[in-house]
Amino acid sequence: MQTEIKFAGFGGQGILLSAKLLAYAAMKQGYFVAWVPSYGPEMRGGTAYCTVVISDKLIGSPIIKNPTHLVAMNLPSLEKFENDVKPGGIIFINSSLIPVTSKRTDVTQLVVPVNDIAIKAGSVRAANIVALSAFAAKSNLVDMDLLKECVKEEFAAKAKIIPLNMEAFDQGVKSALTA
Amino acid sequence: MAKVLMKGNEAIGEAAIRAGCKNYFAYPITPQSEVAEYLVKRLPEEGGVFLQGESEVAVGYMIFGAAGAGERVMTTSSSPGISLMSEALSYIAAAQCPAVFVNIVRGGPGLGGILPSQGDYFQATKGGGHGDYHLLVMAPDGVQEAVEMTMLAFTLAEKYRGPVMIMGDGLIGQMMEPVEFPDDLKTEPTNKDDWATNGMDTRKSKKRNLVKSLFLDPAALNDNNLALKAKYEQMKKEEVRFELYNSDTDYQVLITSYGTMSRVCRTAIDMLKEEGIEVAMLRPKTLFPFPEKAVFDAAAKDSCKAVISIEMSMGQMVEDVERCVKGQRPVEFYGECGGDIPSPEKIIDIIKGLL
Repeated sequence: MQTEIKFAGFGGQGILLSAKLLAYAAMKQGYFVAWVPSYGPEMRGGTAYCTVVISDKLIGSPIIKNPTHLVAMNLPSLEKFENDVKPGGIIFINSSLIPVTSKRTDVTQLVVPVNDIAIKAGSVRAANIVALSAFAAKSNLVDMDLLKECVKEEFAAKAKIIPLNMEAFDQGVKSALTA
Repeated sequence: MAKVLMKGNEAIGEAAIRAGCKNYFAYPITPQSEVAEYLVKRLPEEGGVFLQGESEVAVGYMIFGAAGAGERVMTTSSSPGISLMSEALSYIAAAQCPAVFVNIVRGGPGLGGILPSQGDYFQATKGGGHGDYHLLVMAPDGVQEAVEMTMLAFTLAEKYRGPVMIMGDGLIGQMMEPVEFPDDLKTEPTNKDDWATNGMDTRKSKKRNLVKSLFLDPAALNDNNLALKAKYEQMKKEEVRFELYNSDTDYQVLITSYGTMSRVCRTAIDMLKEEGIEVAMLRPKTLFPFPEKAVFDAAAKDSCKAVISIEMSMGQMVEDVERCVKGQRPVEFYGECGGDIPSPEKIIDIIKGLL
């Protein structure tokens, strides 16, 4: 069984980190994982995307054209990738920045105002953690306690912002359950 | 040690440290700059030296200097940078000094692009620099193997007293995968007092060592080239490494592929198997020495109708495959090299076209 998740947004939104944390938690849970960034001549504010592959066997091609799920953090990302998602997958939509939903009817849409939740939790910079926990809670790919530990570990060197990110994490989970 | 999640480039840097490399010289170039970024922090912690050269030409000769002094030394670069180092590579091979070169290949020729490619196969395996020399070349297919091969490269560079190259590609450099580091390399080169300019005070022998690549006497030059040739023959006997995939079936097609491209082929082979079509793959892990006999034997299987070399190039390794298949089966080629890696679906179409 293999699952592929594409995270997409603009540079600076922290999607590479969200993706890394999901891959890290999946690795700790014993899965084979790969984290494959797009690296072109990118710039801050430009588009950034990244694919995480989680599998119970050795991963062959890490290059994925049709991911199982999509986490779209801005409108261009949704427009660019919504048609690539496999039927039955989840399209996660950051409704703080995306005023529309996907036209796809064969997927589950998870609509969460990620930036607004992050601002309420203390800082818009935690938006990527809100998106991560909300998506993870809905998709059931990894153990949520383990994922939360991974987030905490990631910020170990910046202890001051751990409470912010823990709050963002919890609010993300809550939003997924009520969305 | 537990598994860690690391980018290929960073993992290569850590592998060098664990292999006891104390000298790393480099010049930044996409897609391998994270190796330098990683080692500029880590090497000083281990008592090592990182120095950024003013160009790759200079870096090549910094490597020569440290290698000639018998120090464990590495550089990393990407295609255009390796071209600039190629003169030094030829000198290092001629002077028989151990050194590790990592090429995280990007698209070429010229400045090309920054996305993954395997267009430097000829450069890596057939010279690059001038004269009668070879590099021992290893091609990892992921982050774990990049680590293992980088550490092994130091051992082999010292065993054969010559330059060893790791040929990766942009994807392997940029991708994160779980990696488990092997035990630190504990061995030290045993014979370096016999040849290295490591300082008379540091060794027991009172013999003056000279590291050089100039042999004006034709007999002396011939002898040096024969000594190099003997090493390459020994490599062909002792260092050939490859992996066979799905080869215990009655496969109709044999794929030859390496590095990132081989992973896409592996997925294509699994998908074809579900349709009842058996295809095998031979993946060289060493590009030089090339698995000559293994390719011949795998192609010779009765069920095998054709061999196809699939590469992120316009057709380079396929020349070695043809040479080794020796005409017993038709040898085809498929490749792309603009930076987009062919999909498993594309490979499946190509394979079905051969049946």
